[in-house]
Amino acid sequence: MQSHLLLLTVFAFFVSLVFAVIAKDDWHEQLRFGSMMFGGFLLSALVLGWLMYPIPL
Amino acid sequence: MPATTAAEETQTGWLVLLCLAAWAVPGAGHLWLGRRSKGLVFLIALPLMFAMGLALHGRLFPFDVSEWLVCLAAVADVGIGLPYFIAKALGYGGGDVRAVTYEYGNAFLIVAGLLNLLVVIDAYDVALGRK
Repeated sequence: MQSHLLLLTVFAFFVSLVFAVIAKDDWHEQLRFGSMMFGGFLLSALVLGWLMYPIPL
Repeated sequence: MPATTAAEETQTGWLVLLCLAAWAVPGAGHLWLGRRSKGLVFLIALPLMFAMGLALHGRLFPFDVSEWLVCLAAVADVGIGLPYFIAKALGYGGGDVRAVTYEYGNAFLIVAGLLNLLVVIDAYDVALGRK
């Protein structure tokens, strides 16, 4: 498993899952909060990735 | 000794025991407090995340006080509880800096430990009736 995107997605899934279960008690709220957090992780990673694209390393 | 003081000491001892159990086995605190679904999620997700960190060639950092960032990473690693000591005893967690996934492995190991510490604090809050 060496795909950067896949590892990032798995990492975001675990973190979102644990945070949602800690923060909310109701199952529906956990799902909503976790989904939003997971989406936020992925979206911010993709946006930051593209913003950094022109920066030479 | 007044009865209230003895009761307070019993309560404190129970809370310490609860927090130790919650730290040692991810989710044990919530299971103890009757929050079964939450406890099961933590019991499965956190050790799985830790195991993935090991599989991705992450390193269990040593307690090196001369390198404080390494020391902080070691504290975060230990946050997962018993899985840390089992992995150490079995010889896992040596880390392979040449592996493409090395940094990801470290992120999985460190964050799994930190999340478990958050879970311990949550169990403490539940035990005190704050949640």
